[in-house]
Amino acid sequence: MTNLLTPLEWEALGLSLKVAFWATLVSLPLGLVTAWLLARTRFWGHGLVNALVHLPLVLPPVVVGWALLVLLGRNGPLGSWLYEVLGVTVAFTWKGAAIAAAVMAFPLMVRAMRLSLEAVDTGLEAAARTLGASAVRVFFTITLPLMLPGVVTGGVLAFARALGEFGATITFVSNIPGETQTLPLALYGLTQTPGGETDAARLAIIAVIVALAALVVSEVLAQRIKRMTEGDRHD
Amino acid sequence: MTEPLLHIDVRGRSGDFAIDATIQAGSGVTALFGRSGAGKSTLVNMVAGLVTPSEGVIRVAGTTLFDSHQGINLKPERRGVGYVFQEARLFPHLSVAGNLTYGMNRLPVKQHGDTFERVVELLGLRPLLARRPATLSGGEKQRVAIARALLSNPRVLLMDEPLSSLDAQRKSEVLPFIERLSADFALPVLYVSHAVDEVVRLADTLVLVDNGCIRAQGRVEDIMGRLDLAPYTGRYEAGAVLSALVTGFDDALELTHLSVLGHRLYTAKVAVNVNDTVRLRIRARDVALALTPPTGTSILNQLPVVVSEVASGSGSHAEVALTITAAPSYEDAKPQTVLARITRKSLHDLNLRPGVAAYVLIKAVAIDRHSLGGLGNGVNRNQS
Repeated sequence: MTNLLTPLEWEALGLSLKVAFWATLVSLPLGLVTAWLLARTRFWGHGLVNALVHLPLVLPPVVVGWALLVLLGRNGPLGSWLYEVLGVTVAFTWKGAAIAAAVMAFPLMVRAMRLSLEAVDTGLEAAARTLGASAVRVFFTITLPLMLPGVVTGGVLAFARALGEFGATITFVSNIPGETQTLPLALYGLTQTPGGETDAARLAIIAVIVALAALVVSEVLAQRIKRMTEGDRHD
Repeated sequence: MTEPLLHIDVRGRSGDFAIDATIQAGSGVTALFGRSGAGKSTLVNMVAGLVTPSEGVIRVAGTTLFDSHQGINLKPERRGVGYVFQEARLFPHLSVAGNLTYGMNRLPVKQHGDTFERVVELLGLRPLLARRPATLSGGEKQRVAIARALLSNPRVLLMDEPLSSLDAQRKSEVLPFIERLSADFALPVLYVSHAVDEVVRLADTLVLVDNGCIRAQGRVEDIMGRLDLAPYTGRYEAGAVLSALVTGFDDALELTHLSVLGHRLYTAKVAVNVNDTVRLRIRARDVALALTPPTGTSILNQLPVVVSEVASGSGSHAEVALTITAAPSYEDAKPQTVLARITRKSLHDLNLRPGVAAYVLIKAVAIDRHSLGGLGNGVNRNQS
């Protein structure tokens, strides 16, 4: 099994999965809060937050990468604070790659969650309140379970998007083998190397397989959750 | 003066129209009756805390839920109201049992077991406990919703047209349960409806809601017998409500004998007990008038009355309110009114004016089980 892929391929694949996993995991709660704020509240600056969340979807990824570099680089306003207070460096590390992937995937995740949240009947939430449940309990026992299909869809979409992230990543954290060289970046590197066509094709096939696997997993999960939330319909 | 169980005195807005309502109600079922869009649901939502009045006071059983002057506005979960919505609103991701126990943490733990058993038994839910809401019929859903509200240990039960989304058969499946609730659980019920038959069957107190305001409130019998309120109670459906005492049965002819102010009244046999007090709704169009008691007629029920009010417009019909003349030794009982709808021609031919003595004729078959309502919990139409 181990011989199926070269060490370099294992490295790139493993790094990609690690980056995408952390990017998705950290975005999930943030995405949930953002989706809830956008779907269920009206506050000053609502439109601005909405635009900001969706910006990575329409901006060239390189611009996002550049902005991250300016903000989070060792000398950037956020980056220097992170380094001095927490001793964390994100620029040119895999953590930075995860941040770039998370930012790029965030709009997709929030959109999916928001749509499913808007489909949850607020009448059910009102009914739960009259039964003695606090707003927080209502969210965790009624709203979240009912929007779970959207949360899973959002998570899978974000994971897939993070796996494929290229532009923002290469701009923000560069293309360092073993640290920030994810699968797309390794593939790009091979296409720039004379005689790298075969290796590039192998990586491309790996990328296709991973993407298909993610789709299958999301489909199975969605079905299972649908059955869980609605119950089997048999009269 | 003792404080009424329900005290609502609110002003506020809902969409385009203003709400300005004062309601005082005691135990038993209080019906908020009026057209759709009259503001009934908004009033109930104000009690539940789902809509905030701009001003006013809401008190239930001595507890202040809302008081704009004192700055009190309890959250919905702190109000102790049980709410049965028009569309059941069961949680689709929970089983019936999960739905039922959702609100039970408001109940003292030691009561969990027997109250749960009692409510499940009363509403006939045992075979449904493991099912999901999506697999239930409309009537079953509504029964689960009622049980769920009861199990949250409420101070007051709010019911917002719980039967209006059900067909006639489902309705008759749920009605008997609702009928028993108030008495069985010693719980005041605020019942929103725009169906007269439901109100007569269930309610003790009637509140007429129109355009966000209260037009009248009082005993069902008193309100339904008033000609001036006919526009709100529904002109076509106009009909008075009598309370009657069950005196006996004629098993051979399958009749129930009733007494209204000492007069004998016959109706088809229904499952009531002797000495039960029942409410009869007698539609104005089922009542005929005569100046002398007719003989040789098939109409069994003849009551002596005095014309108290005549309302005749420009149409062919006129409505007449008639006060029943009590039989000797019943003179002290509460007066009762019958409404009759007759043609204007008959009105003139018989020269009916307030003060004229007459007889109302009511076909026994016009009083069917749907126009019968229980005072308290004496009537059980399940077995009929």
